[in-house]
Amino acid sequence: MSKIGVFVCHCGTNIANTVDVERAVASARELPGVAFASEYKYMCSEPGQQMIKDAIEEYGLDRVVIASCSPRMHETTFRKMLKDTKVNPYMLEIANIREQCSWVHTDKAKATEKAIRLIRMSVAKAARDEPLFASSIPIEKRALVIGGGIAGIQAALDIADAGHEVALLEREPSIGGKMAMLDKTFPTLDCSACISTPKMVDAGAHPNIKLLTSCEVVKTEGYIGNFQVTIRRNARYVNHDICTGCGLCETKCPVKTDSEFNHGLSKRPAIYKLFPQAVPSKPVIDKNSCLKLTKGKCGVCEKVCPLGCIDYADEDREFTETFGAIVFATGYELIDWTALYGEYGGGRYPDMLTGLQFERLVNASGPTEGHIVRPSDGKEPKTVAIVKCVGSRDPKKGKSYCSRACCMYAAKHAHQILDKLPGTRVFIFYIDVRTPGKGYEEFYDQTRKDGAIYVRGRISKIYKDGDKLVCNGEDTLLGKQVKVMADMVVLETAMTPSSGIEELATMFGVARDVNDWIQEAHPKLRPVETQVGGVFLAGTCQGPRDIPDTVAHASAAAAKVVSLLNKSEMETSPMISVVRREHCCGCGACEKICPYTAITLEEIDDRVGAKRVKRPIASVNSGLCQGCGACTAACRTGAIDLLGFRNAQILEEVDALCL
Amino acid sequence: MRKYSYFPGCSMESTAKPYRLATEYVMGKLGIGLVEIEDWNCCGATSGHTLSEALGLALPARSLALAEKRNPELDILTGCASCYARLRLAMYKARTDERAKYIIEKTIDMPYAAAREVYNFLDVFSLPDVREGIAERVVRKLTGLKAACYYGCLNVRPAEVTGAPDRENPTSMDEIVALTGAEPVDWAFKAECCGAAHQNDAASASRALPHRILRDAQSNGAEAIVTACPMCNLNLEMRQDGYVNRTGMDRIPVFSLSELLAVAMGASAKRIALEAHYVPSAAVLARALRRKDA
Repeated sequence: MSKIGVFVCHCGTNIANTVDVERAVASARELPGVAFASEYKYMCSEPGQQMIKDAIEEYGLDRVVIASCSPRMHETTFRKMLKDTKVNPYMLEIANIREQCSWVHTDKAKATEKAIRLIRMSVAKAARDEPLFASSIPIEKRALVIGGGIAGIQAALDIADAGHEVALLEREPSIGGKMAMLDKTFPTLDCSACISTPKMVDAGAHPNIKLLTSCEVVKTEGYIGNFQVTIRRNARYVNHDICTGCGLCETKCPVKTDSEFNHGLSKRPAIYKLFPQAVPSKPVIDKNSCLKLTKGKCGVCEKVCPLGCIDYADEDREFTETFGAIVFATGYELIDWTALYGEYGGGRYPDMLTGLQFERLVNASGPTEGHIVRPSDGKEPKTVAIVKCVGSRDPKKGKSYCSRACCMYAAKHAHQILDKLPGTRVFIFYIDVRTPGKGYEEFYDQTRKDGAIYVRGRISKIYKDGDKLVCNGEDTLLGKQVKVMADMVVLETAMTPSSGIEELATMFGVARDVNDWIQEAHPKLRPVETQVGGVFLAGTCQGPRDIPDTVAHASAAAAKVVSLLNKSEMETSPMISVVRREHCCGCGACEKICPYTAITLEEIDDRVGAKRVKRPIASVNSGLCQGCGACTAACRTGAIDLLGFRNAQILEEVDALCL
Repeated sequence: MRKYSYFPGCSMESTAKPYRLATEYVMGKLGIGLVEIEDWNCCGATSGHTLSEALGLALPARSLALAEKRNPELDILTGCASCYARLRLAMYKARTDERAKYIIEKTIDMPYAAAREVYNFLDVFSLPDVREGIAERVVRKLTGLKAACYYGCLNVRPAEVTGAPDRENPTSMDEIVALTGAEPVDWAFKAECCGAAHQNDAASASRALPHRILRDAQSNGAEAIVTACPMCNLNLEMRQDGYVNRTGMDRIPVFSLSELLAVAMGASAKRIALEAHYVPSAAVLARALRRKDA
């Protein structure tokens, strides 16, 4: 007979207010196989854990049921605790009487009854628990960081400084990301380039960092410790091994096309560096605008290049490398407001800028060398309207979430306008002003003192009247309609996940939330991990955030990567599927349903009566299996069992509930 | 031949004489049959639904139910934005809201299946074959006539009811107008409210609404405003005295899309009673007809 210990947690008042804990304990004592039952205020705390350990010792318990919060919260905690005892860490069942009971019910008598039943189920299942033992897999001590913005750069530098190799992958021809586009950063007004370009140079020069610019991930296989990632390097048409980055080719190229870096506010040649401080500081050819590559004529860059670096025959190349850990640092884009806000002219008026366009305009290295002028006629604006929450906090038209950084950079934009063009009237239309952060509220306060006029209300319509942009809106504090005749309008638009995130997340099996941001493993306690082992998150790929938070998040992800790569091998969960070969009919239903491609059919020699035959049966790759259990539900003959959740155990639970 | 159950609406019977005559002329030329719904009644705009939800739905639904009963194979067509909004909403509600359907059928004491669609003129003129027909039947070009196409708020809104692809900058009328040789101007008040519904009960709030539409059309270079609704047309014309006094701008002719098409298809001013407009509109059309292609 098994000797089960049942421990019921109060979770402060979280459980105890709705569930009669004493009664639950008393009823647990009556269950078959239960040798001991008790309760405590916080079972996960140090004294709570000690109580369990002592009871194991004193009563010779061989398995444990803990009735508390969701196993997603503390199952790992209690498993770790059992490692110090004689009880196998997998001889543990968690009865979730918080999320699935006390938190969702109000009637104490009924909730107590439900808690008792949940405990009864767990006890029944525990009686059939068997000891499981983790195995280990070797770890490739290299990390791949996807995305070369400030998050990716910071994560790569931290991992590299800890002594591990890092590949920093970026699809653009230079690392730097959005931060390299910004002029100044709030609230200190540090020059963004002055603090980010040295980091770019460090990343480019670090002996442990390999830059993979103009590269994209095309395929991935494997699992934590052993990801085989196939990467495509898009053709650059410039041999970077010999190119010195002299820049002669850029000056002679006859093509002028919109500059991505300046968001269309200026032109660039077809052979170009993304921006002057690009890392690597060498040009690439844009195959969509190059005359030689599109029409077969020109070839000027080849003629002027003193070193013969130009190679029009360059092609995309694919290669596969192995990494132990992956960091997503894919960042954000601004929402395409032109498609959503027809009432703002839908992008027809050139003097309406997005926040990033304004950053380029006000930037000393931007298209106007930092002079704030209207793109349409080059005149300085006398009145500027800044509109916040365009696409944010607007579920009808854009996104329901707050993009977090806009309140502060809107204040910064106002400050910069008032600083560079004293006497300009700046109106900021807002819903709320949100300034949580060190020195943020003070910055906002100062901006108002500088003369920015904050108007609470959304803008309903923007249209052109002569050379003015008429902004109709409401001042909801005055309860009056207002109309601003602006010379320039800056729209602080919502952040959305980078394009291509769907494909990348699907490739790695990483979940996305309703807005396509990458889903972290736990919103509070595991903010830099994903549900997929070995894949970590840095920066805005997980949700909107500003630079300080991004850098902190990236360093946290790096710390997780380093602690993984510091091990030479790692434990894997023993809760994986096993096949009872004699029951398997080889139908392959499990192979089709497995989301991790962990199941394949293999041929075995078998006997039917006296006849030797070959037949296929399912085989589970323990490195790939994540223990989701989909195969056990799909198996018609019940040949596949998930260890820790064997069919027999589940049926035992059902019996305990229903019989 | 295309055929529709036709809901004229009260304006067509009274203030919108040129619009009515031009519509008859154009539909005749295009071979589109209009079967007037027998015993149709007031659509309820603009006060019905503000007084009672049931009344607001039942008034338009009665005409629709009659149309479907008499000609179950015909979709319903109307040339007025207010009628369109009320009729289409009744159709939409009867299809999507069981409670509304119950209220409707109980109030009108008739079954209403909402099996047929409700269209406005812009919908029909935008059909590929009808557009081709228009292009073929334009016998004289209104060369270079700078026209501001005014859709009115209710031909395109609300989106879930009308299904219009762009509520802020619709383009279907601009494309039709361009077939006559006229030049639609790019302006910002294509679908703003003209305030027609509240000119009498809330004059102070609504008098300025047509003014800003007129002003934006003129400041973007329009010589005339083209409408798709007799109420809009009436309101934009009748409020021009106040507009001229307030802004010092000139008057601007306002006429319906049907009139523009009729003229381009050869109708004389007399045939479509152009003289019935408050703001004379024959001159601007005549000028465009005389203009040579640039």
